[in-house]
Amino acid sequence: MKNKLKQIFKGGLGQLTIPLIAIALLVIFNLIRDPSFFSIELMHNNDGNIVLAGNLISIINGASELAVLAMGMTLVTAACGGQDISVGAMAAIAGSTFVKVLKASPSITGITVVIAFFAACVVAMLFASFNGVLVAIFKIQPMIATLILFTCGRSIAYWINGGATPTVESPIINAIGGFIPGIPVPTPVLIVIAVAIIFALAFRFTSIELFTQSVGINGSAARLNGINSTFIKLLSFIILGACVAVAGSIAVGRLGLINHETILLDIEMDAILAVAIGGNSLGGGKFKISGSIIGAYVIQMLTITLYAMKVSSTDVKAYKAIVIIILVVIGSPVIKAKFQKLMNRIKDNKRKVSVKGAE
Amino acid sequence: MKKKIGSLVMATSLTASLLMSACTTGGGAVTPTEPTTPDEPAVVADDPAPAADGLIKVGVVNNPPSESGYREANVKDMEAVFSEANGYELKTAYSLKNDEQLQAAQGFITEGVDYLLISAAETTGWDEVLKKAQENGIKVYLFDRMIDVDESLYEAAVVSDMAAEGDTAVQWLLDQKLDEYNVIHIQGAMGSDAQIGRTGALQKQFDDGKMNCVVQQTATWDEAEAKKIVETAINSKQKFNVIYAENDGMAKGAVAALDAAGIKHGVGQEVIVMGFDCNKWALRELKAGNWNYDGQCSPFQAQIISDLIQGKTTASSKKIINQEKGFDATTITDDDINTYGLGE
Repeated sequence: MKNKLKQIFKGGLGQLTIPLIAIALLVIFNLIRDPSFFSIELMHNNDGNIVLAGNLISIINGASELAVLAMGMTLVTAACGGQDISVGAMAAIAGSTFVKVLKASPSITGITVVIAFFAACVVAMLFASFNGVLVAIFKIQPMIATLILFTCGRSIAYWINGGATPTVESPIINAIGGFIPGIPVPTPVLIVIAVAIIFALAFRFTSIELFTQSVGINGSAARLNGINSTFIKLLSFIILGACVAVAGSIAVGRLGLINHETILLDIEMDAILAVAIGGNSLGGGKFKISGSIIGAYVIQMLTITLYAMKVSSTDVKAYKAIVIIILVVIGSPVIKAKFQKLMNRIKDNKRKVSVKGAE
Repeated sequence: MKKKIGSLVMATSLTASLLMSACTTGGGAVTPTEPTTPDEPAVVADDPAPAADGLIKVGVVNNPPSESGYREANVKDMEAVFSEANGYELKTAYSLKNDEQLQAAQGFITEGVDYLLISAAETTGWDEVLKKAQENGIKVYLFDRMIDVDESLYEAAVVSDMAAEGDTAVQWLLDQKLDEYNVIHIQGAMGSDAQIGRTGALQKQFDDGKMNCVVQQTATWDEAEAKKIVETAINSKQKFNVIYAENDGMAKGAVAALDAAGIKHGVGQEVIVMGFDCNKWALRELKAGNWNYDGQCSPFQAQIISDLIQGKTTASSKKIINQEKGFDATTITDDDINTYGLGE
């Protein structure tokens, strides 16, 4: 136990140290500010279900889309050394497709929802592979390549439904964004867990994690070792496409409507931040998906904390920026090296003191 | 070979997407195809010279329908009223960018329309174009948005009074005679006309101490953000009995948060829900008694302008205020929903 603690203080948790410390600080800050901040209650919602409620649930529930996108973004970042900035626009396209198929069917049943989700998946994967082809085959900088969809994606989403805010009314859709009758945990949280498990299984039973890392660290070396780096890069984008479809469908489910202009607006920046806060190098290479997930929750906890403090939502972004700058700077290699040096000096001094004491 | 096909697919998809983005940013702007030569005498006529086929030529410079539900309804209304059946030949240009709008207006002038209808992206930069229109005997009507120019340069401006819209809504709220008003106020994008008008009336009540402001936050028209704001208020045990959301989407977001927390809302319930824009789906919520009030900023200016053009009515002043409506859940009818609702 003592050793483990020591390990944590030494930064032995590796890249997870910073995001975990950030969460701990936010929790402590909130507990001091309002001891009941994290209290969880069971209550009846208007559909008559017994559900969990409270700030903690809001945070975990609200970060769902971000968490799913951050997982996909981590893969793209690791493989290509760049980020996809079009995930928000693509989510608008995927969500619109989801709504379009639902509206086209005469009645919304479980099967139509599944079909609609698969349609959204296919469309999102197609658009994602468009990005992927630009990056993997044409070797265009990821940020430039994805700028195209970032610019026109929301207009494409508008064309799909041809209306400003199409709505879908169905208990099944409500269940996707809210609660399944009889289960008190919000469905989006369950979806995040399912996606995380799928990632874990994929990493456990295939070599995709190793391949992605080696492509990210040195593409040519990976190729010489027989890894098809073009394919790995393309694959990372396609996986991100699937994540985008999941996030878009959750977002539609929450309100039963899609507004192509505002759905998951600016989420790409939060997703990239989540990857960065998670201690992953934005230059590609080694990565930890768990770090990105924690990063997503850090961002959401920060937002909810600021709202609870009645900070005006126009100012929230500025405060968020300040905290994130601090986190990213602390996590930077320069500061880490300095910190290590400082620790070593303290240790040296201690040794000297103890040596002196012995004399 | 494989690579070749790959690059071919790539190239086509690239062009396609570029075309798409071009269409959307340009909004399918109508660019004039036949520029007149400078020697050609300008058509000067006091009354509109009817086109050869007897149709009145109308050029409409507007924002693209994809901008909002409001704009979509506005564009549809224009197309319906200025139809060939009504004796008009309609030319349209849509853009969110002022310079593109100016170019389109210029194009309409050289093409020789009889009337120019403008909803400008920005209030400035229109002097030259409007002067040119006047020189060419083209009459200008402004709709939805004002322009910073001398009044003599246009016939009339048919606009919405955003402040009146806010006043109507707040007056309705006062008429409910609640014992106390604890309001969650969800604002639109700060600085937009709609936000300023809809906030103004309510802010006055807060300042006069007649209503309590529990939370006042902007969700920048974002439904999900509105939900987050209300969720946080519920979690921190704030007491409230009114939700005043500055558009329908945000009201829907707020209601989703109420539903999740098991708070009853609507006619005769714990919390009063107010929205704006009058989307059809929102009016149906009203009819079902889930919401209480929906205010409208009317997008229907075409008929008023058409009546002015045909001389059926005359403008008493340059600025014509479009009548705004507000719907109460207890009195709304299916006819109202079909006539005044936006979208589907």
